[in-house]
Amino acid sequence: MAPMDPTTDHDPADETSTLRRGKTVRLLVPVGVAGVAAATIGLVPALASSGGSPHPDLPKTSAEKLLTKLAASDVQTVSGTVKITTDFGLPGLLGGSASHARGGSPFGPGPDASKAASEIAKSASSADPSFKLTELVAGSHTLRIAADGPDRQRVSIVEDAAEYSIIHSGDEVWAYDSGSNQAYHAKAPAGHGKHGKAGDERGRLPEGVPTTPSDFAKQALKTVGPTTSVTVGSTTRVAGRDAYRLVIKPKQSGSTVGSIVIAVDADNGAPLKFTLTPRGSGKAAVDVGFTDVGFAKPATKNFRFTPPKGTKVTEAKDRPREDHGLPGGPLNGLGNRLEGFNAVGKGWTTVAEFKLPGGGLDGSVFKEDGKDVPGGLDPQSLLKSLGDKVHGDFGSGTVINSRLFNVLITDSGKVYAGAVTKDVLIAAADKS
Amino acid sequence: MSTAEERVAVTAAPVAARPRGLRTLGLFRNELVVTFRRWRTLALFAILAGIPVVVGIAVKIETSDGGTAGGEGGGPAFISQITNNGLFLVFTSLAVTLPFFLPMAIGVVAGDAIAGEANAGTLRYLLVAPAGRSRLLLAKGWAALVFCASGVLVVTVSALATGSAMFPLGDVTLLSGTSISFSEGLLRALAVAAVVTVSLIGVAAIGLFVSTLTNSGIAAMATTVGLLITVQILDTIPQLHAIQPYLFPHYWLSFADLVRDPVYWDQIMRNFGLQGLYLAVFGSAAWARFTTRDITA
Repeated sequence: MAPMDPTTDHDPADETSTLRRGKTVRLLVPVGVAGVAAATIGLVPALASSGGSPHPDLPKTSAEKLLTKLAASDVQTVSGTVKITTDFGLPGLLGGSASHARGGSPFGPGPDASKAASEIAKSASSADPSFKLTELVAGSHTLRIAADGPDRQRVSIVEDAAEYSIIHSGDEVWAYDSGSNQAYHAKAPAGHGKHGKAGDERGRLPEGVPTTPSDFAKQALKTVGPTTSVTVGSTTRVAGRDAYRLVIKPKQSGSTVGSIVIAVDADNGAPLKFTLTPRGSGKAAVDVGFTDVGFAKPATKNFRFTPPKGTKVTEAKDRPREDHGLPGGPLNGLGNRLEGFNAVGKGWTTVAEFKLPGGGLDGSVFKEDGKDVPGGLDPQSLLKSLGDKVHGDFGSGTVINSRLFNVLITDSGKVYAGAVTKDVLIAAADKS
Repeated sequence: MSTAEERVAVTAAPVAARPRGLRTLGLFRNELVVTFRRWRTLALFAILAGIPVVVGIAVKIETSDGGTAGGEGGGPAFISQITNNGLFLVFTSLAVTLPFFLPMAIGVVAGDAIAGEANAGTLRYLLVAPAGRSRLLLAKGWAALVFCASGVLVVTVSALATGSAMFPLGDVTLLSGTSISFSEGLLRALAVAAVVTVSLIGVAAIGLFVSTLTNSGIAAMATTVGLLITVQILDTIPQLHAIQPYLFPHYWLSFADLVRDPVYWDQIMRNFGLQGLYLAVFGSAAWARFTTRDITA
């Protein structure tokens, strides 16, 4: 054996011991490599997330100054990658059907849900933006955005080996779904979007779920009032940029919102990250932030789209604009049929109150224009499986819980909903 | 096996006079010749070359009535774009062959590298030549990697030929909706082929390591391919999401990120890192095992 071994060029006397020692050392090499790799994997995320100093030294600022900075921010051009993670803790079926368009895993939505979803999908083009954007309600998604002033923006949802893009340039809006090779085309209404704040950059895109940090920030700022505490938190780094953290907390008890944190770019005041954490929970319900951002002017070709040959193009019908506010897919149009809509309470504990169409739980809410939505869902048993039975002065009803929103549906057909605790909903029901 | 003896004769005779670097090069060249001369290798290439043709014909038939392939986003990646541009057949073919055909072929070649020689009783003759075990392993490893690249190239070229024969070519619309010229699209296709080749390094390293463990070529091949299938299944079970980022096939489909605009590097870089990790761990394990084991066959 010995002559065949390359390690033994020495005296035959040393041979055996050298060989044995060499053997042990060599066998340790792969173990060492694996160990170093494991240690690196353990350490790198911690280092990468901090990206140097986790709390950069920035001049002190007040909440008011920071708000002004945020509002006055005049960032016209931006491009980057946005990571959006939502975890509302929706009951399984709802979450499942919201993410139907990914096809679902073998362990995903049950046959009923996916069947209903695919029926719904057939009724609309899969490239229809208001439909597609509802996907963002569940799970984690990567978006890539680019904006050049109020007239040209694009947003892409990165999918496995496919991408869904909405491209707005001038008065043209294109949506392109590379997965199904379908496109959607609409003319943006003229005269809209003249005000060119960064926060409005998606203003002329078909509205749906807010997707950029600016949208979320604006929404949160609307609710700032006497019911709210606004403070400046510790500094942070987002996508390699120094940022202040604006911490917004409801003062009222009864709200399920724990805190809203907006990371504001220390340099230009652009919102970089938005985090909404439910009360009494460490994990964010909504987390939208840039993982990569640049404020240089994006290339013009980013906003140009010509449907490739063979692509099926759906032209938008002249839809009334009110419709856009409710990106409910199958629930679109439900809003028109709601009777007695009423907002109860103030600030963070506002409860929306309305009547189910048709009075009671006879299932008519699950019908579209008199026809059953396919899938064979029995509303009564569905409700029972999703919620808990509650009783109060109002009678009895079912509460559907999620981490952020709670909904009370009384047996008499009234609905109370809000980002509030169950007790607030019951109190609101008792009062009316 | 006459080829192995031939090879021993080639390497052994002039070796003493040549510098070490050239010796490794000679060994490597011999490995290549032996690998690519085998009927088995040629048969694998023939299968790989056939897949794009089959996919192309299937798409042609399905769309002959004016419909779109893949319908509502079903089917393998990129399949709905093939009718727009034949270049997409390259991407579809790579997406189809990457999960199984390509790694299986690599598993066969890498798994057989050492174990096959031991099985045929030719390993000790190879080691009689003063080339050294480390360098023999290195030569085997390089040959396996060249085989990876050739396999991917065979799929790419076959897909390109089929695509240009059956479907229109022209400006390429990327996944993001922006258009690039055909020549730029061709460059992207080459880059995709390169990324796919790199994706296969992990399998090659595992195959080579398994190959040093046993004296049976068949056992090594079966273990490698079996491991490949097992890991792919593990990668689809949602409950195992915590370990999935460390499974070697996890980022394989990231080559599609090269067809976005701008290119989305995040996953591609992770893929590179992961393949490098597998190469380091299993490559060093193969080296440790091969240089310390008793060669009896």
